[in-house]
Amino acid sequence: MPANAYNGFTEYGIGIGLRVPHYRHILAKKPVVDWFEIISENFMVDGGRPLEVLDTILEQYRVVQHGVAIYFGSADKFDREHLKRLKRLVKYTNTPWLSDHLCWGSVDGRYTHDLLPMPYTFAVARHTAEKIKAARDYLEVPICVENVSSYAEYNASEMTEWEFLSEVVELADCGILLDVNNIYVSSQNHNFDPYDYLNNVPHHRVGQIHIAGHSKFEKYTLDTHDHPVLDPVWKMYAHAVKLVGNTATLLEWDDRIPSFEEVHHEALKANQFRDKQLAKTPS
Amino acid sequence: MKHLKPTNSETNNSPRPPLKINSRAQLRQLQRVMTGALFRPLTSQWGMQKHWIDGAPMKAIASEFIKPNDRLSSFERLEIYNRQYWFRVLDCLYDDYPGLRAVVGERRFLKLVTAYLTKYPSDSYTLRDLGNRLEQFLREEPHWSFPREELALDMVRFEWAQVVAFDGPANPPVTPDDILDTPPSKLQLGLQPYLTLLDLDFAVDDFLIAVKKRESDVLRGEASNAMNGAPKSAVAQKRVRYPKREKVNLAVHRHDNMLYYKRLEQEAFAILTSLSRGTTVEEACVEAVTASKRTNVDWSGQIKAWFDAWSALGWFCRRS
Repeated sequence: MPANAYNGFTEYGIGIGLRVPHYRHILAKKPVVDWFEIISENFMVDGGRPLEVLDTILEQYRVVQHGVAIYFGSADKFDREHLKRLKRLVKYTNTPWLSDHLCWGSVDGRYTHDLLPMPYTFAVARHTAEKIKAARDYLEVPICVENVSSYAEYNASEMTEWEFLSEVVELADCGILLDVNNIYVSSQNHNFDPYDYLNNVPHHRVGQIHIAGHSKFEKYTLDTHDHPVLDPVWKMYAHAVKLVGNTATLLEWDDRIPSFEEVHHEALKANQFRDKQLAKTPS
Repeated sequence: MKHLKPTNSETNNSPRPPLKINSRAQLRQLQRVMTGALFRPLTSQWGMQKHWIDGAPMKAIASEFIKPNDRLSSFERLEIYNRQYWFRVLDCLYDDYPGLRAVVGERRFLKLVTAYLTKYPSDSYTLRDLGNRLEQFLREEPHWSFPREELALDMVRFEWAQVVAFDGPANPPVTPDDILDTPPSKLQLGLQPYLTLLDLDFAVDDFLIAVKKRESDVLRGEASNAMNGAPKSAVAQKRVRYPKREKVNLAVHRHDNMLYYKRLEQEAFAILTSLSRGTTVEEACVEAVTASKRTNVDWSGQIKAWFDAWSALGWFCRRS
């Protein structure tokens, strides 16, 4: 049973990100994995090894696309070539939903290759929601937007980040990819209670959850994705499951990537938190 | 500190952040200021520059649009993004252009690519394309690779050709049926778009292999306890000898999705180059043989062997 209207893929379970250092292991050993998340842009190419790997993965596994460069929050119009290639990949992978970030990263056709925070204003929420709707109509696939981790806030903001996220997804009528690690990182950098964030987003729109590791420095916390998930994030994950129900969950590990087994083992820890939480929840 | 009055006006040279963001135009203005700050090179201490484009204190500019918190000033928060940007793009080019790095040296390479990205920020959604204008930049500003300008150009063309060969498009190869009824005097063949033909003045292929071997030896030395007794710094500092000037014709391609570079004889290179320009097979072969200085060659046998090999590699496709 789907946990909510935007989460028809409850049975997806726990996935991990498909990363180059694991290709050889996955292709040779064919380990049992609930699903793989691919970075769309890595496969929006015309040929060669990336598509060969993708073909083999698609024969064996369920794949969900996650993007890093659609930039719903950019003032620019969409890059048509980008959208065309993305649509071609969507049809190729048959991804059940597609996610990308609630952020911007380019202007005037110049790219920062970063996930930059939005100014939280009503006008920007309307503009961003229009772009999400346009992308969904063109790509013909449900879209979930992910909250990013951030290290700066703008003077011009008129609301909290979770109010902005809620405003955007309600206007766009789309799903949320709730990254609990990003909420934690931002809460440390902007001095808010991460549970206020978790408690106040529209839970019925959460279609996927991300978990990851982060790094604490003297004056700020960085979203590094380079080691295991830390305890405060696991606790938030359990709370999120309580609020949104059983939801497709993915572990991100993008730097200093250990063996496939280690990453998969870390991801599967999510099952314990999820099962424990769901056992407490009356059906 | 000089007081700066926030303004909604902007010029191309010195954009200023908007006070409020109630429109797409104001959002664009904010994003221009932010990218303007991110794209500015870091100082020699890897920090954000202290002054804005127009000379105004960067602290004041940052405080116009970024909130401080109890631990970090507006400047410091913006600086996190400025650093992240440069660390990301420099890392990417550092990994993708080891040959150019070896030609100009590590320190000079960082200065070169910083100047390159300052002049030509990324214009693509993918980091794969980050070096797509490096050749153009080196032609426009050769002083960055002085005194090895030509070697640097050869190397950057070679390294970009590998990017294209790795994941560039492939067209369906021609089949015997496609060409069965066409005589050589009328037959035109296309070359796969992932295949790049390079006419080089240096043996950058051998040089790059040596550079990569040296880098992997250094890495192995750092990773292995067995190397503890060896002088690591001597391994790390040993530079690969620069290649001497020599004419090299190279095809950079892929086969079974593996990257290869294949040296070509001058006549073979001439035939392929002519074919890529739309010359017929017969004309391309006649031109190449006529221009050849070699004698005592069984040209019909030689040309047949070349075409057999190129067909087996899947290099020919229909002309688009």
